[in-house]
Amino acid sequence: MQQPSKPDLLRIENLTKVFHIRQGFSSRQFHAVDEATLSLKADKPEIFSVAGESGSGKTTLARMILGMEEPSTGILNYKGRSIARLSRREKRSWFFKEVQPVFQDPFATFSPLKRVDHYLYETVQNYGMAKRNQADSYINEVLAQVGLSLAEVKGRYPNELSGGQAQRVSIARSLITKPSLIVADEPVSMLDASLRMSIVNMFRQLKEEQQVSILYITHDLATAYYAADRIAVMLRGWIVEMGPVERVLGNPQHPYTQNLKNSIPDVDPDNGWDQKVNLADLEAEEYTRTGCKFAGRCPAVMDICRKKVPPNYIHDGRMVKCFLYEDEAEAIHEGASVVPQ
Amino acid sequence: MTIIAEAENLKAHYIMHAYGVERTVKAVDGISLQIREGEVYGIAGESGCGKSTLLKVLLGAYEPPLTVVDGSIKYRLDGKEIDALTMDDQARRDLRWKKVSYIPQGSMHVLNPVRRIRDTFHDFIQAHRRVSKRESAEMTRKYLRDLGLPEKVLAAYPHQLSGGMRQRVTIALATILWPKLIFADEPTTALDVVVQRGVIQLLKEIQQKEGSTLILITHDIGVHANLADRIAVLYAGKLVEEGDTRTILKHPQHPYTKYLIQSLPRLDDRGERVSIPGRPPALDNPPSGCRFHPRCPLAIDKCRTIDPETITIEPGHRVACHVVTEEVRRATTV
Repeated sequence: MQQPSKPDLLRIENLTKVFHIRQGFSSRQFHAVDEATLSLKADKPEIFSVAGESGSGKTTLARMILGMEEPSTGILNYKGRSIARLSRREKRSWFFKEVQPVFQDPFATFSPLKRVDHYLYETVQNYGMAKRNQADSYINEVLAQVGLSLAEVKGRYPNELSGGQAQRVSIARSLITKPSLIVADEPVSMLDASLRMSIVNMFRQLKEEQQVSILYITHDLATAYYAADRIAVMLRGWIVEMGPVERVLGNPQHPYTQNLKNSIPDVDPDNGWDQKVNLADLEAEEYTRTGCKFAGRCPAVMDICRKKVPPNYIHDGRMVKCFLYEDEAEAIHEGASVVPQ
Repeated sequence: MTIIAEAENLKAHYIMHAYGVERTVKAVDGISLQIREGEVYGIAGESGCGKSTLLKVLLGAYEPPLTVVDGSIKYRLDGKEIDALTMDDQARRDLRWKKVSYIPQGSMHVLNPVRRIRDTFHDFIQAHRRVSKRESAEMTRKYLRDLGLPEKVLAAYPHQLSGGMRQRVTIALATILWPKLIFADEPTTALDVVVQRGVIQLLKEIQQKEGSTLILITHDIGVHANLADRIAVLYAGKLVEEGDTRTILKHPQHPYTKYLIQSLPRLDDRGERVSIPGRPPALDNPPSGCRFHPRCPLAIDKCRTIDPETITIEPGHRVACHVVTEEVRRATTV
């Protein structure tokens, strides 16, 4: 395997997080993220979307990337350095500046008892981004990137802001340290349709103008399609399909992705659903299933799916984890990182 | 076509007193609508536009500070006309769950966390019918089978079920006594797309099986497109447009509806989507005239001062907009 001269911004290989669930005296293992592999290039900022149902491991993946959760096994490197091995001091002085989170609910992000500008000043101070007398102008600059100004925000409590504004402030806060990667976990799912697009448009703008990569975690495929360059679709801890968003969502190959895409309610009343959908009865069953985790709901299920875990295949310019493509595609052997860009 | 529920010029305000200052939030401000028997009536709008307040009032489940200041609500059930605002508590109790039912949004808060699902079902049923535990269990099992839900959920506690299953159990619970009129407040919000599709299927099935009437509130236009027969669009406590689903989605007239539908991202088109400039007004101090005028690109002088009347521009299609009204007037005079 050839090492590129500059390490990837983010390199994840066979990353696994195991949780233990205790029920009475028995204990079960539960793979929240199971052998995930993906990478983001350092020199080319992009919006990378991670999509999937709730309970698919999206948030656990995000928490590991943010250094909030330690991986069980696998490689998780940021700019060539393992996140889990960073010392506390290195995290504070370097890593937390580089990687910043944006969370789902802006009103839960900010304490209702503190003025929102407090968070902006605090972040400036903690990371030494500007001198005290220049903090105002620096914050104003950052707020301008998200379409706000300090005058609009100063002295306001979170309840005085609209959901869209609060989420903008939350994003502005993450931009203060001039990060290279923003991990946004469901940043628009609490917002109204009309405000949603303004946030997503802003992400596109930030990528172009500030050269920041965004890991956009969402269950909303429509905004992912609109904003993202590449997408990884997760199912019960696995990445089942990954590649350029036009390919993956334009012409999904994995039965699960197809199922997801078909389930988006179309705003055109002529395109109603004609087929029934099978739902998982109990989530835990799918996690612990041997073979393919989608086998219980898959319309194209084969015998082999119930016995063996499908390997990752390269098919039609994307990665697919499904036996359907066994013959026509070459499997990515374990440990290799030739994931299509 | 029979009308099963009707609201006329309904005004419901939150009237709050704090430190001697009275503050009024006009969450529902002059809404008239008629709901036909056996239809799915969708109510769309952003958060803070009064959808949930409207539902609470229509359902008769409101408490101070929410007050109905004007207007009337009438149900027509079993050939009787019932005034929903003046009926006494006993009459209301008789109506609820048996004739009029409600599916809430957060199913976690509905199901009792320390009781098994089967006990919750029994509690609900025996509050409205004199049944033994065995009869109610039999009823529940049969109903779940009819809906295609696994019987094993009955022995589970709510926290053991996934969000989608919990929501479907809640829907089963709300409809087990075959109510005529079902109110659903954002029944699919916070669910994943695949689960959402399952829940929509279930709602459709129940509604079609019994010919019941479903009043569906959601901000998700895609859900309306798949489920509703007619859609009412609310903005800042007012009904701005109402019509059948196809008309509203394909030929919206009100500028707000147009924006709302254009701003939706679509899977077949990655072109730039415009978001509506500005934000919905605070309802304690709404703008004068048409409440959409500060954000409206078409606003004319009249819009700033005069509240537009709701006019019927074609049978079954009502719009409240000065610009549309003028256009229609011009077209008819020519």
